[in-house]
Amino acid sequence: MPKDHGIGASSKRREDVRFLTGTGNYTDDINARGQAYVHFLRSDVAHGRITNIDTTAASEMPGVVRIFTGADFEGIGSIPCGWQVTDRFGEVMHEPPHPVLAQGKVRHVGDPIAAIVADTLAEARDAAEAIELDIEELPAVVNMKDALKDDAPKVHDDLPGNLCYDWGFVEENREAVDKAIKEAAHVTTLELVNNRLIANPMEPRVALGEYNRANDESTLYTTSQNPHVIRLLMGAFVLGIPEHKLRVVAPDVGGGFGTKIFHYAEEAFCTFAARQLARPVKWTSTRSEAFMSDAHGRDHVTKIELALDKDNNFVALRTDTLANMGAYLSTFAPSVPTWLHGTLMAGNYKTPLIYVNVKAVFTNTVPVDAYRGAGRPEATYQLERVVDKAARELGVDPIALRRQNFITEFPYQTPVAVEYDTGDYPATMDKLEEIADIAGFAARRKESEAKGRLRGLGVNCYIEACGIAPSNLVGQLGARAGLYESATVRVNATGSISVMTGSHSHGQGHETAFPQVVAEMLGIPEDQIDIVHGDTARVPMGMGTYGSRSLAVGGSAMVRATEKIINKAKKIASHLMEASEADIELKDGQFTVAGTDKSVAWGDVTLAAYVPHNYPLEDIEPGLEETAFYDPSNFTYPSGAYACEVELDPETGRVTIERFSAADDFGNIINPMIVSGQVHGGIAQGVGQALMEGCVYDENGQLLSASYMDYAMPRADDVPFYSVDHSCVTPCTHNPLGVKGCGEAGAIGSPPAVINAVVDAMQSGGHDVTHIDMPASPSRVWAAMNG
Amino acid sequence: MYNFDVVTPKTVADAVAALGEEDAQALGGGQTLIPTLKQRLASPSKLVSLTGIDEIKGIRTDESGTLCIGGGTTHGTIAGEGSAYPALAALAGNIGDPAVRNRGTIGGSLANNDPSACYPAAVLASGATIVTNTREIAADDYFQGMFTTALEEAEIITEVRFPVPEKAYYQKFEQPASRFSLVGVFVAKYADGVRVAVTGASNDGVFRWTEAETALSSNFSADALDGLAASADDMIADMHGSAAYRAHLIGVLTKRAVAAAG
Repeated sequence: MPKDHGIGASSKRREDVRFLTGTGNYTDDINARGQAYVHFLRSDVAHGRITNIDTTAASEMPGVVRIFTGADFEGIGSIPCGWQVTDRFGEVMHEPPHPVLAQGKVRHVGDPIAAIVADTLAEARDAAEAIELDIEELPAVVNMKDALKDDAPKVHDDLPGNLCYDWGFVEENREAVDKAIKEAAHVTTLELVNNRLIANPMEPRVALGEYNRANDESTLYTTSQNPHVIRLLMGAFVLGIPEHKLRVVAPDVGGGFGTKIFHYAEEAFCTFAARQLARPVKWTSTRSEAFMSDAHGRDHVTKIELALDKDNNFVALRTDTLANMGAYLSTFAPSVPTWLHGTLMAGNYKTPLIYVNVKAVFTNTVPVDAYRGAGRPEATYQLERVVDKAARELGVDPIALRRQNFITEFPYQTPVAVEYDTGDYPATMDKLEEIADIAGFAARRKESEAKGRLRGLGVNCYIEACGIAPSNLVGQLGARAGLYESATVRVNATGSISVMTGSHSHGQGHETAFPQVVAEMLGIPEDQIDIVHGDTARVPMGMGTYGSRSLAVGGSAMVRATEKIINKAKKIASHLMEASEADIELKDGQFTVAGTDKSVAWGDVTLAAYVPHNYPLEDIEPGLEETAFYDPSNFTYPSGAYACEVELDPETGRVTIERFSAADDFGNIINPMIVSGQVHGGIAQGVGQALMEGCVYDENGQLLSASYMDYAMPRADDVPFYSVDHSCVTPCTHNPLGVKGCGEAGAIGSPPAVINAVVDAMQSGGHDVTHIDMPASPSRVWAAMNG
Repeated sequence: MYNFDVVTPKTVADAVAALGEEDAQALGGGQTLIPTLKQRLASPSKLVSLTGIDEIKGIRTDESGTLCIGGGTTHGTIAGEGSAYPALAALAGNIGDPAVRNRGTIGGSLANNDPSACYPAAVLASGATIVTNTREIAADDYFQGMFTTALEEAEIITEVRFPVPEKAYYQKFEQPASRFSLVGVFVAKYADGVRVAVTGASNDGVFRWTEAETALSSNFSADALDGLAASADDMIADMHGSAAYRAHLIGVLTKRAVAAAG
């Protein structure tokens, strides 16, 4: 029987009741008395010099409170970057300033130039049209290879060549890798593009700044995955507001996918303007603004070479990647193509020699930063594509080639810095072959061919580094933050519990899954436990949610705090039952004395803690509330094997996904239903990237895919019913729950499966096509098959 | 949006009168105009909503068997009640999503003449007649290029009259993002010949593929199209497909439409 509560139960998502009945409390639902509205006048050219900006007439327009320009932000900090990469020559990366409002130059379509605060949004928009603005348009640079040329337009005037950094990893391996590739029996080479994406969370970004003159406190309500990080970045680096005078609240958030990690200019503006005007200031992004102001994702161009010996063992791997930073460095942008990407290039394989080179490039495009998976999808895609290509070149079964090269002994120290603690790659591949019915593929291909369709099968493995991250390690790697997590477990007098967590739920289901853990530990019902998150005034300093870290890091903090609760409660129980503390056991919400029939209920102990009449006051304090900060000792390493089957209409090039199977090892599972949901959503995003989504700029830096008319988001009927399995479990060895994280796996693991399947389908039709770039849209597939 | 006034007349005559004012703009189902207004790309002083005019709504079959559809009839109504012309009803039922189909109207679509819209293919392939408050316009005269029609200022489409063919089928290939037709081909077989109209593909908007019409008029089968290829000249080329791809799709979709028409 499956469990019906606690760890391992598919408890229904309690938060969905409010989401599905329209009673969620999103940032745009919050309105402050007397609030004004801000409209941002944004650049409609990709690159230009502001030669004149005159707001005099516009300021006289009806309802206008004040118009701000870059000049109002002189002396105010730059939007900071949270990660400093050191290049392969030992120099730190170039880090050009990122003003809240453009100063002198605009560098991408959507760059904010002026902010018009008015009584109504319509008045603000009217006034924006009355601003006299002259921009001398400059040549724009969009393509990364062009940007690196000596004579390329300079995105930042003092940065010739537009190079942010040239990173080598592991630099000491460079020559050995070159030599191994030169001497190898076979080398498979692949050049590919990891297509630029726009995250498109259902809820656009919103910011509402408030200022209380009575106590000099600022409050920012914002659509963030990590309110404490915003408080730190904005307070300390941009506006100079100390933490105790700055509260950041991220209430219900309608999807993040990474793009709501970062600190954005609009947040700083609303907080700043509210102080200046002593009036609340609100901004709600339109969908069109989101396309040109939310950080984009991916956008790598890579050449990868895989060397094999005569027995098809992988002997060396070398990659050259250009990574687009956009016009400015977004919060974690430098880390994505480096430490979240290079460290994963071993994949599931025991390749002994690996060298990764990444050149990060500025262009006149929207900043690029982490998007679901962040670096790890890029690593997985290139590796699993080149392995598949190698199998085809060598005429061996792609699954067999992978199995032959699997890492099988753990812990495993990769040649790219990380140490995998645990895993069982043959087991997930076995499970995949079973649930995907690989053996039945040939028959299904015949059926498709009888209908005039080509059918392809694509398989791949993936590994990711999640549970981000050990603070001392990431500090050495350039992080300007720690990546621990916090939890306070507050037990109330009657035994109910509030857990304040630094993790942030924006769709993940923490409000359901986290109580399952505490309920299991204490033996009390889940509905006695509530989760509090998303408010710096209520939650201890925490680092938020991204990198599949919430349960592995935030959950571990919660476990540690709950252990402290149990320890103290046992002391109280031992006093109440006049027994030795060592003999106290807690089970099903009852404290008992081992070997006796004495017992005291959870609620009696919690009441005693707050009404300490009969209480060991000489030994312990009243109350029952504990806080823990948990800093992981390693990343976690979820892994798995995915299979995709496509049908391809050779006349139109249209690809449809007929089957998709995922066998994942997430370590221990708290709520299987939520895990399945996370995998489903991740695969939909991966399928979207592989077949549909593509952010397109023209050569002048105009965003062509600027709305849903041209940016193709996957819809329900674009994806099949998935077959997902997470019964292969090798628990994480270094966190108390043995969990690894599941939020990004689907998006990391699915694109190569889809493209491998599309290539397989094309080849089955006699087309000599060895690669197709994403998105494999109908026109691209048709063009690939027709030269 | 900019500020504007809205009136909702009850008769065509009142609507025409209202449209006589400077910068007045007719509003059908609003599926194109409202997003345009939201983006501040249009600034009419007055919107004349046609949604209150009962005389331009509904579907009837006249004594000659012609299917007559009021200009203010929604896609949803045509999908549900247009069974006298199954290919047309199916076309309507595949436009957008239910919210779009419950607001958008055939008259609005035809007046806008989006080069990727579906109805123009049906109207042109059917040799339909566009009836306005002032005249009747043959389909062959009505479509005059992308977003351009024979309509004059303040002229309102009151009815569209479709001769019902013996056989017909609309084969749509969706643009992946918008789900408008990347290419759509409407094939209609009448006693006096076959008409083939193509939408989505051309820089000139909907057009008739006359070579295919000739071939199919003598032999209404997909095989009759073997060796025929639409020209890539003047085809739309964008991120969703090259001119050559669109030209190729015309051939594929026409064959499929003929096969499906039976």
